[in-house]
Amino acid sequence: MKTKSIKTLKFLGLGFLEPLIRMFSGEEPKKNASVFIKKTLFPIASMGLFLIIWHSGATALYNKEANERIEKARVEQGEEAAIAMEECIKSGDISCQPNTLPSPAQVYAAYKTLWNDHIEISDKKDKFAQKTAKTNAKRAEKGLSPIEYTGRPSFLDQIGTSLKTIAAGVLLAIFIAIPIGIIIGLSDVLRNSMNWLIQILKPVSPVVWLLLVFMIVKTLITDPDLDKSFIISAISVGLCAMWATLINTSVGVSTVDKDFINVSKVLKLSIGQNIFKIVLPASFPLIFTGLRITVSVAWMVLIAIELLAQSPGLGSFVWEEFQNGANDSNAKIIVAMFVIGIIGFLLDRIMLSVQNFMTFNKA
Amino acid sequence: MALLELRNVSKSYGVGSSKVEVLDNINLSVEEGEFLAIVGFSGSGKTTLINMINGLDFPDSGEVLLHGKPITGPGPDRGVIFQNYSLLPWLSVYKNVKLSVDEVFPKLSSKEKDAHIRKYVEMVNLSHAIDKMPSELSGGMRQRVSVARALAMNPEVLLMDEPLSALDALTRGTLQEEIVKIWSQDKKTAILITNDVDEGIIMADRIIPLTPGPKATLGPEFQVNFDRPRDVTEINKDPNYKKLRNNVLEYLIEVGATRRQVSDQKYILPDLKPVMPGRVVFGKRKKKEKVKYF
Repeated sequence: MKTKSIKTLKFLGLGFLEPLIRMFSGEEPKKNASVFIKKTLFPIASMGLFLIIWHSGATALYNKEANERIEKARVEQGEEAAIAMEECIKSGDISCQPNTLPSPAQVYAAYKTLWNDHIEISDKKDKFAQKTAKTNAKRAEKGLSPIEYTGRPSFLDQIGTSLKTIAAGVLLAIFIAIPIGIIIGLSDVLRNSMNWLIQILKPVSPVVWLLLVFMIVKTLITDPDLDKSFIISAISVGLCAMWATLINTSVGVSTVDKDFINVSKVLKLSIGQNIFKIVLPASFPLIFTGLRITVSVAWMVLIAIELLAQSPGLGSFVWEEFQNGANDSNAKIIVAMFVIGIIGFLLDRIMLSVQNFMTFNKA
Repeated sequence: MALLELRNVSKSYGVGSSKVEVLDNINLSVEEGEFLAIVGFSGSGKTTLINMINGLDFPDSGEVLLHGKPITGPGPDRGVIFQNYSLLPWLSVYKNVKLSVDEVFPKLSSKEKDAHIRKYVEMVNLSHAIDKMPSELSGGMRQRVSVARALAMNPEVLLMDEPLSALDALTRGTLQEEIVKIWSQDKKTAILITNDVDEGIIMADRIIPLTPGPKATLGPEFQVNFDRPRDVTEINKDPNYKKLRNNVLEYLIEVGATRRQVSDQKYILPDLKPVMPGRVVFGKRKKKEKVKYF
């Protein structure tokens, strides 16, 4: 039971809880307590330290900008305006708040606002769905498409869209990169003739990929019902992120251990069996390392592409908030920053678990 | 007619000045049901020789015949036990054996296949570890899986390329006995390549030494006439065993020595006079005079 739960935790990437479990099961409580403190409490303490530094930094910046505003009012409009400005800032009025790095408290407040906003919007959506249920049923009978909610998306909807886009992009990358990687990994001639193309295209910036994809998709897709911006951003993400998988797959396939190839030769495996039973499993470690890099690159690129392509998602959320310039916009941007970071971290964790699950222990 | 025949086989690697003639003028014929051991120094081309028999490599001149027909490539009629086991680390013991069974007996039903696999895993005493991964096994157990995999193909010829050289002496002894026991059950033709003369005497019917390379060739054959099943401790006491062992070893050492004399390279040694250590001191420095401040 204990070893099993420790194994599961380690598989999920929560290995730092191991000493706690050992401690409560009465195994060397003193030693495990100290390990737990070192492994868990110190990181928590460092989080606290981070918050303190952030808070004091934000306060310093706030005071600096407040003083500048007061000073500016004094220089331009005289003493009375300066006093009025000072009082205005102290009163917390929205019109004259300094617009700078938000403090942790403000970010937390912005997070709450976003959450409430989400609840409100999903409430509206439910009501809309109830209202249109009958009409939609009728329309479905007639073969018409249902009426959909077209209001403003909430923050969580944006996250969902981003995740959908990255899933589509990574799937595209997998379907392009792994077959090509296997083919060019198997043949030296093909690898040499494709190498220049890969080396040149690999460092191209996501922005350029986006423009290229835009050029092609714009001409190819004329159907107005299709979500063009989604297609463009998914394809661009896929194209930007697939190179790590492509290269790792081709390297993995071309460097399969000679012993395994000999086994395949002695057994006279057919080409298909050779690929699926020997070559692919033998190169899984490298392929999954490549996939992990692909996913993390895809997530990083996705935000930039959404920001540029104005397709819905976290990237455009950040950009809209920046353009918006409302009082809590900056705080919302920081919330988005943390969300992006945490999701990226979780994606990496998931890929690591998949990688551990799929690859064999080297004998 | 001999089952397997090598006629005037030569093999070299590289071209021009870096050309190394590994094997030269190898003639060998192996009868059906025979256990043959080829003994040689490491680096003498033993693995090249066995690779030409299993079809992974081809001779430059001469021919390798199986049933009188030249070998065109590897095939399941020649089961190979590799030196470094070559198990697929992502497959369990069962599936490693299944891979070869699937290839060689595609027509068997899944039940028959299962019985077949279990029979051979049982034969090498690994039934308790049938679902383990190779990384969970010891070296000896891995080599046993490799033996089971080769035997499950039901090959006409069993080729063993230094199968036990990576194992410790005790495991080696038990595995030698096990392989011979399995071999004696259905008397397949077996070729063992080894660098250990004792191993050859304990296991084989016939020992042929391979002279040291380059241009290695086969020496005179030595018959091993001990009754089977052989008991290692009893053979050790037998005076014939010592005689045979000494003959093989003497032959190998003798060719090794002549081979060394053949070398025509002369080493010109520098004309130096030996110096007793401790007399000459390099870079002798004058002793620094101590500065006295007071």
